[in-house]
Amino acid sequence: MTVLVGYVPNAFGEAALTAGVEEARRRGERLLVVNMSRDDVLVDARRAGQDELDRVGRDLAELGASFEVRQIEEGNDPAEAILLLASEETASVVVIGLRHRSPVGKLLLGSVAQRILLDAPCPVLAVKAS
Amino acid sequence: MDNLTALIAGFGEVLTPLNLMIALLGVTVGTAVGVLPGIGPAMTVALLLPITYGMEPTQALILFAAIFYGGMYGGSTTSILLNTPGESASVVTAIEGNKMAKAGRAAQALATAAIGSFVAGSIATLLLVFVMPQVVDFAISLGAPEYLAIILVAFVGVSAVLGSSRVRGLASLLVGLTIGLVGIDFVTGQQRLTMGIPQLADGIDVVVVAVGIFAVGEALWVAAHLRRKAAEVIPVGRPWMGREDWKRSWKPWLRGTAYGFPFGAIPAGGAEMPTFLSYMTEKKLSRHPEQFGNGAIEGVAGPEAANNASAAGTLVPLLALGLPTNATAAIMIGALEGYGLEPGPLLLEKQPDLVWALIASLFIGNAMLLVLNLPLAPAWAKLLQIPRPYLYAGILFFASMGAYAVNAQPFDLFLLLVLGLLGFGMRRFGLPVLPLIVGVILGPLAEKQARRSLQLSGGDPSGLIGGPVAWVCYAIIAVVLLWPLIARVVRKIRDSDKNRDREVVA
Repeated sequence: MTVLVGYVPNAFGEAALTAGVEEARRRGERLLVVNMSRDDVLVDARRAGQDELDRVGRDLAELGASFEVRQIEEGNDPAEAILLLASEETASVVVIGLRHRSPVGKLLLGSVAQRILLDAPCPVLAVKAS
Repeated sequence: MDNLTALIAGFGEVLTPLNLMIALLGVTVGTAVGVLPGIGPAMTVALLLPITYGMEPTQALILFAAIFYGGMYGGSTTSILLNTPGESASVVTAIEGNKMAKAGRAAQALATAAIGSFVAGSIATLLLVFVMPQVVDFAISLGAPEYLAIILVAFVGVSAVLGSSRVRGLASLLVGLTIGLVGIDFVTGQQRLTMGIPQLADGIDVVVVAVGIFAVGEALWVAAHLRRKAAEVIPVGRPWMGREDWKRSWKPWLRGTAYGFPFGAIPAGGAEMPTFLSYMTEKKLSRHPEQFGNGAIEGVAGPEAANNASAAGTLVPLLALGLPTNATAAIMIGALEGYGLEPGPLLLEKQPDLVWALIASLFIGNAMLLVLNLPLAPAWAKLLQIPRPYLYAGILFFASMGAYAVNAQPFDLFLLLVLGLLGFGMRRFGLPVLPLIVGVILGPLAEKQARRSLQLSGGDPSGLIGGPVAWVCYAIIAVVLLWPLIARVVRKIRDSDKNRDREVVA
């Protein structure tokens, strides 16, 4: 069993990561941090750079957690990628960051978080950035 | 001074709210398509051609010229931030520009590119004002044989000089000439290459060819290579330059302008060569040669100035001779013909208002571009986050609509698809697109001039080689085409000389 954290390089991702570490410690389970970048755009703001992933790895190693950092670079749907990974790894909980969306924004673009909340095979912990 | 008076009259024409709006629209669209790799001003102008048939020719040309200039500005953004040049003219910018961005100096690189483009664009447009009428005066005295010779120089120039491979360039040119042949022979009335299809009797419309090759071909190419790792966002910030950056930039701007304008103005110039020359010069003259390869600001300032100056230079043969030296200019020639205007030396005489209004709009567009690009650079960089499927779905929509709008015939959509497949095939096998489009547009014109000269001389082929201008042109063509052979012979002679020297020494 694992705790799956959807990581993005911003305040929401950091909040999710912090909550994920706590959750993994509480449950005594392995932590799987995943960053997804779409392959149909030239530049993806949600892509975490190698130095960023290294930093996350260093921080987690210092905390002494059992963890894995993974980057997904194929596909164009982060929600689907995380849901697939959650069922493959039989995650006990998925941790994601939640950001405020305006009604128009939701209507136009849909929400990755919403789809994970609705379709996840396990409980989802959604945290807000402090 | 006549030129300046005419230019001021041109400003009077342009400074109407509607024309200013059109120029603003043009530079905005131009910058946007310049930023996106694979989508350039040529494709955009082709897509917009059918829409502009309802507009005044002056306004349509203001729009196209604004898109053309805007594309030159936008191309540098992608080069600097992504190391993916949006335009072939900004390939060199990427060398130093991307290094600067990686070292956290993206803002300075974008600033020197934008301000350098403005400086070069303004100076080169002013040069255009003085040079172009002189070229027209010279060109008006040319007869059909001389004109044919100049067109042939342009053919050889775009296919053998520009681009990496002569064989591919010439192959692409021949494909273009063949497409240009389709239709009814204007002297004898015979049908050529129409295969009995009545819709082909009028020839294939330039819009359909340009949209098919540029838009559909590119869309198919991207669809075949859709998956590709995304890059991280490079923080841009507001472009600005320190005192040191200004000091190191202004000379490269001026030198870049000096390279760019003449290269743009000759029928075989283009923007690639002057940008490369400018880069080499700056590398040699720089007081910080060790910085080249690690993000030297001179390596961005010079080439960016050169490509904008060459864009202005391109308008000299376009307006004075009716000769396009790049794809966007080629489609603009097609547009002129679409409005029933005859591109060539007589354009300035018959339509002085249009020409001077167009040139005046370039000055205004240039100023707009500076305002649009300096503070808004981060916003333009956001365009790169648009998913490709959305982008190309939109392009295909406009492409089909445009192709259908030309004649309102479903047959044109079929033709569009065939030409799109041709464009895809050309990209697949590395054939350059420019010679094809120049062949399609100039081919019929060359044929007209050739047959006119033959009619004048009563069918005697010597009529094709009339006058010193034609002799010079054919000499240039011969040298360009035979150059690889000459170079090989020279090298062989030199080698055998060396061997003999060695034998003597031994």
